[in-house]
Amino acid sequence: MAELAGRTVDGIRAYGLIVAMWVRSTMTYRASFLVTMAGHGLATALDFVAILIMFTHVETLGGFGVAEVALLYGTTSLSLGLADLLLGNMDRLGARIRDGTLDTLLVRPVPVFAQLAADRFALRRLGRVTQGLLVLAWSLTRLDLDWSPGRALLLVVMVVSGGAIFGSLFALGGAFQFWAQDAAEAQNSFTYGGSTLLQYPPTIFAKDLVRGVTFVVPLAFVNWLPALRLLGRDDPLGLPGWVDLLSPVVAAAMCGLTALVWRAGVRSYRSTGS
Amino acid sequence: MRNVTTAEAGGAPGAAEAEAAAAAAGEVRAGTGDLVVVQGLEKVFTVRRRVPGRGRLRRERQRVRAVDGISFRVARGEMVGYIGPNGAGKSTTIKMLTGILTPSGGRIRVAGIDPSRERTRLARRMGVVFGQRTTLWWDLPLRDSYALVRRMYRVPQARFRANLERCMELLDLEPLMDVPVRQLSLGQRMRGDIAAALLHDPEVLYLDEPTIGLDVVSKAKVRGFLRELNTERGTTVLLTTHDLSDIEQLCRRVVVIDHGRLMYDGTLSGLHRRGRSERTLVVDLERETEPIGIPGARTVRVEGPRQWLAFPAEASAAPLVAQIAEGYPLADLSVREPEIEEVIARMYARGGRADG
Repeated sequence: MAELAGRTVDGIRAYGLIVAMWVRSTMTYRASFLVTMAGHGLATALDFVAILIMFTHVETLGGFGVAEVALLYGTTSLSLGLADLLLGNMDRLGARIRDGTLDTLLVRPVPVFAQLAADRFALRRLGRVTQGLLVLAWSLTRLDLDWSPGRALLLVVMVVSGGAIFGSLFALGGAFQFWAQDAAEAQNSFTYGGSTLLQYPPTIFAKDLVRGVTFVVPLAFVNWLPALRLLGRDDPLGLPGWVDLLSPVVAAAMCGLTALVWRAGVRSYRSTGS
Repeated sequence: MRNVTTAEAGGAPGAAEAEAAAAAAGEVRAGTGDLVVVQGLEKVFTVRRRVPGRGRLRRERQRVRAVDGISFRVARGEMVGYIGPNGAGKSTTIKMLTGILTPSGGRIRVAGIDPSRERTRLARRMGVVFGQRTTLWWDLPLRDSYALVRRMYRVPQARFRANLERCMELLDLEPLMDVPVRQLSLGQRMRGDIAAALLHDPEVLYLDEPTIGLDVVSKAKVRGFLRELNTERGTTVLLTTHDLSDIEQLCRRVVVIDHGRLMYDGTLSGLHRRGRSERTLVVDLERETEPIGIPGARTVRVEGPRQWLAFPAEASAAPLVAQIAEGYPLADLSVREPEIEEVIARMYARGGRADG
């Protein structure tokens, strides 16, 4: 246990070192950084504008008003943005296995996961985080929720747990590349694709799909279930109320699963050397 | 402690003999001077291949023994050449010594550490240079890469500065420090990689094909540096190569493997004797003459004014050159080293004859 803690600390330290170096090196081309960051922000901003345009034609979507949809949009976008910022480069693992550069990470005295996660850390990805924050802030001013400390906590826990769930999916997608080097595409459909799904109210989707993202790939815990609680609505599956509060538990379970799969992946690489 | 005479017993290619040699090596008690101990090392890969069966394609698992019962020891401060043809199992061995791969069988200790179990702990005490791929960050200038290496390995600032200055001077890195790695030439990058592997004062340095694809100047610089590192610092160096001149200029000891088995462990001249290998003197004359006839060499090829003379690899070329210069209108000449593949092929041939 102490060893695990030590490795975790080592990993976080190494992650910080590599990230700091990438940030410094991006900042040497400040103008280019600002332009790409603005471009990134603009592209994601247009994404939300599409939803606003839709609401000029309809009053509600699946029974949800524009501010409520904005809450869903803002929370999933923020969660995905954080995960993408911190772990977005895991999909390069397959390429590194193919060209053999994974070996160069294995001879360094820091955990491989940290090195891969921090590889080519791109601060421009803050664009999506910023956009998610803005949309979320706007929705909160429009929603007129009855704020209590519990609700505020629920909101924060929702975003953090959501980030952890998306992060696990990024890392799982990376880990599967130990066995199938082209698994990145499948991972993208769960993360980026999943986030697009979560921007809309669950009521507009088929029940089977909602069941799938609740019990199989637990995307519903990123924002649907806790957000419904926040908005004082019931979920379309009629699950018990306490399920809405399970996001951190689900997130922790996902992280644990990811750690196991990752370990198995590294072990399998080191015994096959594929 | 290395023991050339016992180790040489493992040179013959018979399976029984190799096993006997491994067993013999296993009996040797670990000396205090041994930094690397390898005993009966094995690596078996399972390769899935498609084979055309009746009607449709069938998948068949095939077991490939990449490293097949290798034993050797490297004493602290030694510089050993680990050679063999392509696909002999050199890189697989290095990967197991560094902890990248887990052995299928046998035992490894490097500085008392089992590499596959304590990979990151060992990483602080070893340096690795892969000839074909860089351990540096592709988009970063050398200076930034080194700063990051310093922090990763937790090298004290003063020691880091001293080591870096030494490397910059001996490897001529000063003008390259602010160039992104991707813009460096192969030789420059290799020098940069070697420096990166040494900033944390490793006890052992592994080099996988460090001179592959390098021009003559870079090769000389790299070899000079490694020699200095070994003699001045006492760093243990293990290098794989298929360029025999690397070994000639750097290593007193050479370990040869082929098909995952240890073929020879001893001095380079011993290897040449065993393989009865020959060097070639390429002689350019001022005009066409009859084939050169001098004792100690035989003329193997004549092409106009150019002639090829073969002579035993352990013999000196100097007396031959003197004789040729005396009796023939000599314009130019060069000496060609035997190819490692050739030496090994001859070892097989000889072994085959000896076994009847």
